Amino acid sequence: MSWLKPVSGINSEERVGFKSPIVMGVLALVVLYFFGIAGRSGQTVFELTRKQDLIQLPVFEIASAQLGVITGVIMLLVAVVSLLLSLRNSKTPIWLVSIYGLLGVTALLGWLAADNTVPVVFIAGTALVLAVPIMLGAMAGVMSERSGITNIAIEGQLLTGAFMAAVVSSITDNFALGIFAAMFTAALMSMVLAVFAIKFLAQQIIVGVVLNVLVIGITNFLYQQWLTEDGENVNFPGTLDIIKIPFLSDIPILGPVLFENRITVFAALLIVPLLWFVLFKTKLGLRARAVGEHPLAADTVGINVSRTRFWWVTIGGAIAGLGGAALTVGNAGAFGREMSGGFGFIALAVVILGRWHPISAALAALLFGFSIILRVWANQVSPGIPTDFITMVPYIVTIIAVVGFVGQSRPPKSLAIPYMKG
Amino acid sequence: MSSPEARFNQAIKEILAGGLTRTVLSVILGFLVGALFMIGSNKEFLEGLTYFFSRPQDSLGAAWTVVSDGYGALFRGSIFNAEAEDLIKAFRPLTETLRLGAPLIAAGLGIGLAFRVGLFNIGGTGQLIFGMIFSTWVATRIELPIVLHMIVALIAGILGACLLGALVGFLKARTGAHEVILTIMLNYIAIYFFSFLMRDPALLQEERASGNPKADPAAVTAQFPKLFGDEYSLHWGLVFSIAAVIVYWWLMERSTIGYRLRMVGFNPDAAKTAGINVNRTYVLAMALSAAFVGVAGANQALGTAIGVTPSSHAGIGFDAITVALLGGSSAPGILLAGLLFGAFKAGAPAMQVIGVSPEVLGIVQGAIVLFIAAPPLIRAIFGLPKPQTTNALGAIRGRVFGKGGAK
Repeated sequence: MSWLKPVSGINSEERVGFKSPIVMGVLALVVLYFFGIAGRSGQTVFELTRKQDLIQLPVFEIASAQLGVITGVIMLLVAVVSLLLSLRNSKTPIWLVSIYGLLGVTALLGWLAADNTVPVVFIAGTALVLAVPIMLGAMAGVMSERSGITNIAIEGQLLTGAFMAAVVSSITDNFALGIFAAMFTAALMSMVLAVFAIKFLAQQIIVGVVLNVLVIGITNFLYQQWLTEDGENVNFPGTLDIIKIPFLSDIPILGPVLFENRITVFAALLIVPLLWFVLFKTKLGLRARAVGEHPLAADTVGINVSRTRFWWVTIGGAIAGLGGAALTVGNAGAFGREMSGGFGFIALAVVILGRWHPISAALAALLFGFSIILRVWANQVSPGIPTDFITMVPYIVTIIAVVGFVGQSRPPKSLAIPYMKG
Repeated sequence: MSSPEARFNQAIKEILAGGLTRTVLSVILGFLVGALFMIGSNKEFLEGLTYFFSRPQDSLGAAWTVVSDGYGALFRGSIFNAEAEDLIKAFRPLTETLRLGAPLIAAGLGIGLAFRVGLFNIGGTGQLIFGMIFSTWVATRIELPIVLHMIVALIAGILGACLLGALVGFLKARTGAHEVILTIMLNYIAIYFFSFLMRDPALLQEERASGNPKADPAAVTAQFPKLFGDEYSLHWGLVFSIAAVIVYWWLMERSTIGYRLRMVGFNPDAAKTAGINVNRTYVLAMALSAAFVGVAGANQALGTAIGVTPSSHAGIGFDAITVALLGGSSAPGILLAGLLFGAFKAGAPAMQVIGVSPEVLGIVQGAIVLFIAAPPLIRAIFGLPKPQTTNALGAIRGRVFGKGGAK
């Protein structure tokens, strides 16, 4: 009766494994023991609002170890729910995973800040600002990889954007021009990748690596030869103004974090859902995905594979350029040597962690942004703790994700395979 | 195709279409791109441009001066310094090139090996760091007699790197995860792990280094001895790198393992059909690849009298990718490419002295490999013929060397 079996049935083949409940359970026990039972003595104060906020919330004070026990137990419960779901062969929903993650983060913060204060708004807000370049870089990654081109050159695109935004803004005294130059130049750089990959059929990973080397070389040289000599005139852009959105920015906690930011952050917050919409709800996105999954089929129905890939990679580059601008005019103020510091590679990880989905990728970018600010902050509140391990966590999580321990992350089928019209 | 003239023309075409011509042209183009950047950032040249049409010689003269000065300093700093007081000092630049090129060669071999198997090992940095960790540990925490100590520390470095490489290979074979992502992530994990080890005196930290991540210097018994006395800082690292080149050549061109590796690289499906365990080959390839990188790691840890720091990897793991690309993943090619980029590192201070930012060499390096990465681009620029399928050149070579011609 073999014909009764579905040919490529989704339900029959893709069994939901027990990997997520296992990982969640183990991590919950880690939190319960290390942050709770064997945790640190002392009170932790969570400051939910800043002094200048319109609506003041009372501070939330709890013993550090007690918080560890409570969060650990709830996390364990979530793991049990996940186990029950797995038994019924259904996936753990993303919102449950998010709650679980939030609990873990709370426990970590409470543990780090024993006898200290947790400035919640400051940490969340800085994490978002730090995450923006990674987020936008990841959107560039999603766009090019969904259409079938591996983009290792995100690092170089961020660096290009950061450099151009700082220099052009300084020279012209106009942030809009600076940001435009950043996007335009990074898009040009993406075009090089696209042309090499599509026309010259070069190895995409190699071209990406090489473009990074080249951009690092060029920006280092210009920085040394030009920006350090004449810094006041060419590398002194200042930062964009912080815009407060009326009413929305008065919402406690969320307001100052989300609605009191520079335009680069707002742009990121708009681009992410927009890309999701285009990619999954429009004809344009369907075509791009088709090209990335099965270029021959796409070609057969009349989609121009090369042109689609070219434009998705190029526009992705422009978005990464905006991410680069967020590094300089959106945060630091001036360009520094190799200031993208591996954010482009992190973006690559974020694409995979987010399973090539814009919104999940943006959340993953937040994880990295959070880990960066956490390292800085943890050094201040409890100097003795080896923060190297905190910084390592997102990378380890990425490895766990790619080896398929937290749900298989499957790349577009024709990723990195050049398409030759035959 | 029978007349000697036609055969000769065909052979010329093959030379022009061959990899060597393309490589040489890429290097020349790379230096030209670098020259353009030097000229474009030169003040006298830019000032001369404002009145270019009335007195072009000002601009052009400045352009010529900056380029010849810049590359002249590179030559002086990396090969032979004719302005030195004595002959010993005059040759020092060359030994510096060899010293700085040695780890690039070893690491380049590792990356090249992976390329030959169709794998992208972007994890040179992480593997190099693991090599340094293991070497440093043996060199600072174990006491052994001279020579033996050095050899054990070197082997430890190779093993350390090898472990990390094998892990990537294992994860790839087992789960199908892409090695590019795995290696990039492991780079960061290795960097932070290394700096953690160097913050704790119980692990690797030097006793006097208060708070700053810095390891103890390698014991004298474990350091690579100087090759030509104390006048030159060139040490045995070069010998080990050259040994690695020979091992690599034998491994890839002559051994059964190499044959298997190349076969998988050429066509994994065919290799599978021929009965080769492709997954096991991936693990082996990543382990071997990292082992060569480990030689470079040991070189960084044992080649100096001062302790390693988080920046001791010196970007070699990444530069090695460009070395392997320029060297076409062949043993002699990687040797030469490693020396070229070693010369860039050696010549940088001399360029700095005359006021040309040595960062321009980064541009040259990037431009060279960009041209290498896209053969059709170089062919289009110079109008070279396409790769030839006949073998007229082989026939001529066979007749000249009396080997009875090629098939």
